[in-house]
Amino acid sequence: MEFTCLSKGDGFHFPPCSMLNLCGFRILLDCPIDFSALTIFSPVPPAFSGRFDVESSQTEPVVRKRQRIEKQLDANDLIFEEPWYKTVKSLHLWDASFIDIVLISSPMGMLGLPFLTRSKGFAAKVYATEATSRIGQLLMEDLVSMHMEFRQFYGPKDSGCPQWMRWEELQVLPSALKEIALGKDCEELGAWMPLYSAADVKDCTRRVQTLKYAEEACYNGTLIIKPFSSGLEIGACNWTISCPQGNTACISNSIFGSSHAMEFDYDALQGNDLLVYSDFSSLKTMEDAENNTNNFGPVTGTSSNLREEDNHWQEAAATLLKNDGTSEEAEKLAFICTCSIDSVKAGGSVLIAIDRLGILLQLLEQLSIFLESSTLSVDLDHVPVYIISSVAEKLLAYMNIIPEWLCKQRQEKLFSGEPLFGHVKLMKERKIQVFSAVHSPELLKNWQEPCIVFSPHWSLRLGAVVHLLRRWCSDQNSLLVLESGLDANMALLPFKPMEMKILQCSFTSGIGLQKVQPLLKTLQPKSLLFPKDLRCPIKFSESNKIYLYHENEMLCIPRMNHSTEIEIVTDLAYTFKVKSWKQESMSRLRGELFMEHGKYRLLSGSKTANSQQQRLLLHWGSPDLEKLLTELSKKGIDGSIKQVNGGAIDGAEPENPATTLLVHHPSKALIEVREACTVITAADENLASQISDAMDSVLGGI
Amino acid sequence: MPIECLVLGAGQEVGKSCVVVSINGKRIMFDCGMHMGYADSNRYPDFSRISDAGDFNSALSCVIITHFHLDHIGALPYFTQVLGYKGPVYMTYPTKALAPIMLEDYRKNMDRRGEEEQFTSQHIEECMKRVIAVDLKQTVQVDKDLQIRAYYAGHVLGAAMFYAKVGDAAIVYTGDYNTIADRHLGAAQIERLQLDLLITESTYANSVRDSKYNREGEFLKAVHKCVAAGGKVLIPTFALGRAQEICLLLEDYWERMNLKVPIYFSAGLTIQANMYYKMLVNWTSQKVKETYVTHNAFDFKHVQTFDRSLINAPGPCVLFATPGMLSGGYSLEVFMQWAPCEGNLVTLPGYCVVGTIGYKLMSGKPTRINLDKDTQIDVRCQVHQLSFSAHTDAKGIMDLVKFLSPKNAILVHGEKPKMAILKERIESELGIPCFYPANNETVSISSTGHVKAHASDTFIQRCLSPNFKFLKCGVPDKSASGSKCTEGISRLQVVDERVADSILVEQKCKKAKVIHQDELLLMLGEKEHEVKFAYCCPIRIEKSVQTGSKDLSSTDNQHLGLDKRSLLELLSVKLSNKLSEGNIQDFGEHLQIESFHVSVCLKDKCSHRTSNSIENQSELVFFCCNWSVADEKLAWNIISIMECCTLNTT
Ligand SMILES: [Zn+2]
Ligand SMILES: [Zn+2]
Ligand SMILES: [Zn+2]
Repeated sequence: MEFTCLSKGDGFHFPPCSMLNLCGFRILLDCPIDFSALTIFSPVPPAFSGRFDVESSQTEPVVRKRQRIEKQLDANDLIFEEPWYKTVKSLHLWDASFIDIVLISSPMGMLGLPFLTRSKGFAAKVYATEATSRIGQLLMEDLVSMHMEFRQFYGPKDSGCPQWMRWEELQVLPSALKEIALGKDCEELGAWMPLYSAADVKDCTRRVQTLKYAEEACYNGTLIIKPFSSGLEIGACNWTISCPQGNTACISNSIFGSSHAMEFDYDALQGNDLLVYSDFSSLKTMEDAENNTNNFGPVTGTSSNLREEDNHWQEAAATLLKNDGTSEEAEKLAFICTCSIDSVKAGGSVLIAIDRLGILLQLLEQLSIFLESSTLSVDLDHVPVYIISSVAEKLLAYMNIIPEWLCKQRQEKLFSGEPLFGHVKLMKERKIQVFSAVHSPELLKNWQEPCIVFSPHWSLRLGAVVHLLRRWCSDQNSLLVLESGLDANMALLPFKPMEMKILQCSFTSGIGLQKVQPLLKTLQPKSLLFPKDLRCPIKFSESNKIYLYHENEMLCIPRMNHSTEIEIVTDLAYTFKVKSWKQESMSRLRGELFMEHGKYRLLSGSKTANSQQQRLLLHWGSPDLEKLLTELSKKGIDGSIKQVNGGAIDGAEPENPATTLLVHHPSKALIEVREACTVITAADENLASQISDAMDSVLGGI
Repeated sequence: MPIECLVLGAGQEVGKSCVVVSINGKRIMFDCGMHMGYADSNRYPDFSRISDAGDFNSALSCVIITHFHLDHIGALPYFTQVLGYKGPVYMTYPTKALAPIMLEDYRKNMDRRGEEEQFTSQHIEECMKRVIAVDLKQTVQVDKDLQIRAYYAGHVLGAAMFYAKVGDAAIVYTGDYNTIADRHLGAAQIERLQLDLLITESTYANSVRDSKYNREGEFLKAVHKCVAAGGKVLIPTFALGRAQEICLLLEDYWERMNLKVPIYFSAGLTIQANMYYKMLVNWTSQKVKETYVTHNAFDFKHVQTFDRSLINAPGPCVLFATPGMLSGGYSLEVFMQWAPCEGNLVTLPGYCVVGTIGYKLMSGKPTRINLDKDTQIDVRCQVHQLSFSAHTDAKGIMDLVKFLSPKNAILVHGEKPKMAILKERIESELGIPCFYPANNETVSISSTGHVKAHASDTFIQRCLSPNFKFLKCGVPDKSASGSKCTEGISRLQVVDERVADSILVEQKCKKAKVIHQDELLLMLGEKEHEVKFAYCCPIRIEKSVQTGSKDLSSTDNQHLGLDKRSLLELLSVKLSNKLSEGNIQDFGEHLQIESFHVSVCLKDKCSHRTSNSIENQSELVFFCCNWSVADEKLAWNIISIMECCTLNTT
């Protein structure tokens, strides 16, 4: 088995990406886009913003003067061209046609997939859960539609390398931008891609084989692939892959308790031969918290403290889910709501640029409760909530028909006949209004301020959010709610001077460090692949093997189980002729070998009917000639031993003497016996066969 | 280990489906239904047969419910809450969501009929709380050894066929299914599985249905005619299933014909049911699914709630009222009011249980029905039989059995005489042993087992390396019935001769091992002793004139060296003409076919010649042959060709 972590990713929107070689099959885990890199581009300049036009003083932004002196970044430093999108660098070092399988764990992990599926020779089988595939498709469609604005603004471009990618242009980029464009090691330019088309998206989703929760997919009869919920997002999953060489579980970013998506199903990942742990989400928190501590690898623990811990691990595992952080999350949501209400009260509008579906759905529910219960102002009940996105309507409708992927509390709603999410009712009451674009006539007709707007894209470079930011950026009563993982300074450059209040929120996007150890103890994998960068105790058993990996280093892991198992259908096994030799009993196999559902199986095949061929094919030992004579005479065959030098008859070397047995009756035959070989000469098939039978009884054979 | 199948209900009848199957030490109850035709203890399966002591928790591994119809779930609250079964209960998400409505509806009507209450609302609620909902195709590990999986069954929303596997033994229990998609549901769908047993419903064991569209047309015509003339249409249905299907049909028709006549649902209950259907739209037909964003098909525009005051209100209307079959309750109440009027119409489902008013209406054309000894109803209204069924017909059952090709089949949920005919067909046409036990009978069948062995790497490598070939098993059975059966699992097959190079070794107290024969000797610590055959075979030569009288068997080496080659070539040609098997390889000095090795023998005396008294040696040339045991048959075949042939030298 081989494993390469191609990218650690970064948070919720940029999940890790890795390549796994299992049983000779190359498996790619996820194919994301790094949207945080999009901030080096300027959003569509304001002249194009239609109704939300704000006077701008920018002139000739595309011309950039060569400058050596680093000064404070400003909006003019950004790249004024149609953006390209940054994918996982190392993925492009692989030939797409060599990939056998792509496993998509979440809608975010799917966004870069069209880059792959449109590349030449790509023929891999792509698996994703039904919900991931559907949500992923909508997000990609939205991306294409938001990007259209750039196309319209910059006009059709020739297919060549864009201006900004030229060396001389890159050289004059401010260092902050250059680092994003080229990467720290200046080798990431190849990771930039022009965006895919709507047709690419269509083709990409067509190729995805969708799976239900815990549905088994059988690849090539050899691998059995199953998705189990990871809790990260609706439809997001971890994978188990079984093959004759053992069972593997792959954990990517997972959340124990969720208020919308089905919980992290870690029980289903128990007891595998290999666990690939690639949840890097705590890396961020670690960096923040331990910037001043020394760098160590994961702590593997001494055996003394381990024993002590062992007594408690079961308890620890039991508390895993209880302390799932949902209450913490709820507090954050409540805080956002409170801040929003405050802004609205002050006459400002609220722009929420959060693209996490779960957070969005919960915010919609919470906000309406806050707006209704706020008694201070009568007007608040009439503050409109707008959702502006080309796919919002479809997404929201879809959210209400996939109870199978929701958390327990939401499923209860199904069983009691209530809508799964609050937005259904709110939309009916027109408390939430959904519009496909910021320029849509219905929106203009209904537009009312102050208001609360949910709109993509969280990078602040695409979508309606750009236009609304331009409109409100100088209003100090308005509020902008951002996601963490975004360099706010860079992201807000085009909207400076920024007077709006800004609230940047981080939400759980993976397994907390303190939960890693109890989780591993619960899962008890025989071997563990763990990121070297995560510094946390991971010793969980004496006998288990731990391999630490680094980004872009291939790790070879010895075969997991030492013996392959084969199943022989009992009916067939009964037909085997059993021979005994000393302690062993043995039989020659018959039938047909199948690789079926990840198992080797011997089934009685069509050709098995030919059972008459029962001659022993392999012999050992040395024949006792006297015994052979007796066996022959039992069959009515008479002969006599004639000790001769082998050379006298057929010119063989004297060192290899043959003992010859001459058969006189029923007809003439000759048996030459040497140390490792006996040759039977007979002109008659029947006689030859009888002699051979006699040989079988004086030699070991099968 | 045999699979034992105890039929507690729906054996040679329709009603109270309940089959308990024991596989490899696990015991699964499929369905836990009640019989609508009985009011006494016969309405429930005889659970005492599962466990005399009433200890169901240790007697059963789990209970699986296929769909929300009462004949499949009606006894569940009684079984879990009154009899105290505490183990896991599995059903699909829609079934879990919708079953309480059915049960509650039944319980209420049960009250009205003044029968003894068997379970309460609270029982239903608590029972449903314990149910584990599953998705289609989700592989559920009930415990370490028992695996179950649901497959789409059509029939009603959320109906599923269930696959269960313990160790090597596997079965499928279909519940009710429909192989034809209807207005709101898709067709049953399952993949090819290796099954020891298939337990299938056989409601329409002996009938083949005609086009559903004709029936729908007739129904709509009857309804339209009635309302156009100002009549009232009563559609007695159960809360779920048929109600939504017919409602979709009417909505569509109302829209097309621009009708304004009100459609009523008898209670908020059924409107509530539509809410469930909206959230579960993923479980409906492709057509309905595709439109959910713009318009969820279960958002009925023309439907309004009904209240009692409207029963005698003037003007036409269509009313859906529970329960179906007019077995009591609201629908019967309305029927009593509307039946005497000629202009009205009552539509009845294709199947009504014996003992219900619906059954009486359908058997013959009664003008007067005695409800009880004091009440009589004059029936003057039109009666339309809605004969579109949600069950598969005989062809669909045959297609499914053929597609799954189980080792055995058991028929349940049908009528005895029809089942007998279907059993005959399954046995004679498909060669699959088939049973149709009566209630409380047990059928025992043998199951396939596997011998498990370690396989050595050499064995795997030798068997798998170059000769991969794909064997697509399972031609998809896209038959006229429309049953969609997905492509089976692809298998890799390996050519079998190489399997025969391998040995299964069993030692006491050790797991059996499969090794390649080359590894065997090493393992045994023995030296190989090769046993070979040899024969120096004479072939007649016919000399042509040109070569003169040169004796081929002379000792002129130079001359013979040339001829040795040509003789072999001549032999090669002869053999390739006559030999049907094997591949002749020419190595210059010798020919080889598998292990059969032949070369020209120029010795005067060869030990492999058995007869020294060959006359006229000048016309013979000898070919020395040897071969190993494996190719015995082939070798003698070649030798007989050689002995009979004549080589013509030019
Ligand atoms: Zn049914
Ligand atoms: Zn039924
Ligand atoms: Zn010879």
